[in-house]
Amino acid sequence: MGGKIDRRTFLKQAGALTAATAIPLSLVEVVWGKESGEKFTFAYISDSHLTQIKGTKFVRNFDNGLKRAITEVNFMSPKPDFVVYGGDLAQLGKREEIDHGLEMMSSLRTPVRWVIGEHDYYLDLGKYWEEKVSPLNYSFDHKGVHFVVLNSILTYDSWLDKWSKDPMARMLQMARLDNPQGSPFMVKDPQIEWMTKDLAKVDRKTPVVVLSHSPLYKIFKPWNFWTEDAEKVQKALKRFKKVTVLHGHVHQVLYNQEGNISFYAMMSTAWPWPYPTTYNQAQSAVPKLTVFMNRGDPHSERDGTGWGYLDLDSGRAGHHYELWENSARTVKYDSRRKKPQDTKYQDPKDRIPPQKHY
Amino acid sequence: MWKKFNRITTPVVLATALAVSAAHADEFTEADLKKWQAEFEAVAKKGEAIFHSNKLGANAVACDMCHPNGTNTHPETYPKFQKQLGQVATLRDMINWCIENPLEGKPLKFDDPRMIALEAYITWERRGARLQPGMH
Repeated sequence: MGGKIDRRTFLKQAGALTAATAIPLSLVEVVWGKESGEKFTFAYISDSHLTQIKGTKFVRNFDNGLKRAITEVNFMSPKPDFVVYGGDLAQLGKREEIDHGLEMMSSLRTPVRWVIGEHDYYLDLGKYWEEKVSPLNYSFDHKGVHFVVLNSILTYDSWLDKWSKDPMARMLQMARLDNPQGSPFMVKDPQIEWMTKDLAKVDRKTPVVVLSHSPLYKIFKPWNFWTEDAEKVQKALKRFKKVTVLHGHVHQVLYNQEGNISFYAMMSTAWPWPYPTTYNQAQSAVPKLTVFMNRGDPHSERDGTGWGYLDLDSGRAGHHYELWENSARTVKYDSRRKKPQDTKYQDPKDRIPPQKHY
Repeated sequence: MWKKFNRITTPVVLATALAVSAAHADEFTEADLKKWQAEFEAVAKKGEAIFHSNKLGANAVACDMCHPNGTNTHPETYPKFQKQLGQVATLRDMINWCIENPLEGKPLKFDDPRMIALEAYITWERRGARLQPGMH
């Protein structure tokens, strides 16, 4: 980290100092860039799935995940410029769950940019979210980077019509990941047109970061690791030199490069999801580039969960996965190879047994 | 005379009975196969419902939230040593571990029909995987 104390050493020292409490701190480099644009850092938290049991009782485990992420982001030094929340704050889109999440998130000392997930959306089709949390799609500029936030979890009207009389049934159907009666996620034409218009005023050399809940490429349809009209979205981004898509939904370390677009998934604070390759009854297209996260064996409560932060250096991302039960991972865009690379495990000979999933 | 008759007939009756029971064991039909498969599938289907139900534990969490399509349950690797339990454990031990920990519920008896249904569903989703007892 630029001749300064490196993160590992810092963490070790910090760990020695705070052995009793052992709150991991993140030392983040923020340097004015020599090249075009400037470096900056933002954090992200995603997929907390806060679940109401009854009244004011919520699932303890999931509450703890989000609380821990918030605490750790608040300890980042220097502070990140903002925090992205990647969607699925709630489990069943209930007002109680969204309110509970907002209350927790209000203790963040950094502004939040919100992305909506299907668990926040399908009870009232985003009404409460739009009222209390954030618009569902919008764009903003930050230090020379253009950010576009999409609502990528829309779906076919014909599927929506089936559940029009029972919003909770619709929510429960969408909440089940492996639902054979599910329906694929979409951005849909009106939003793609909005994005195209929004991008029309942006120079092609300006780095673009798209924030969505679902991956804007196709991995595995039965679990909705999928966006039905991903090709159309990718096409609208084609003229830009540097594009990064950050998404939630998959609850795992996942990264890919398709054409000019680098894709990075966010971790969940609640629970990890298996890679679709582990379902031996169906074919999937998990990117070969990804070095898998550690398998939880034996599993402990915070295994395979965490949060992350991104350094944007001249418009390319370095993604730092803060994993609570495992060593932190960094996946960085490699300008020579023109794709993201894990800084430690990318070479197959450097991989470790828990990274083998079957 | 009756005695004599009995002496002669008893082995005949017995042999006939054996022949009949042997036929019961061997000669199952396509219809039997279909019926037995349907019995299994009905139980696996029940297991699928329980696996996706937020009523199995006590905190509204369901098995499929971490294990879509039963993935990462690895029924083909049991029995195996489980660090959480400190001993070689069966799949049913681990189903109960999940019910008691992430689901904060009460363990099922090993012969509880719900336990058998869960096992039927999990193994069905993993059909075709090579048996690898003990593997991590």
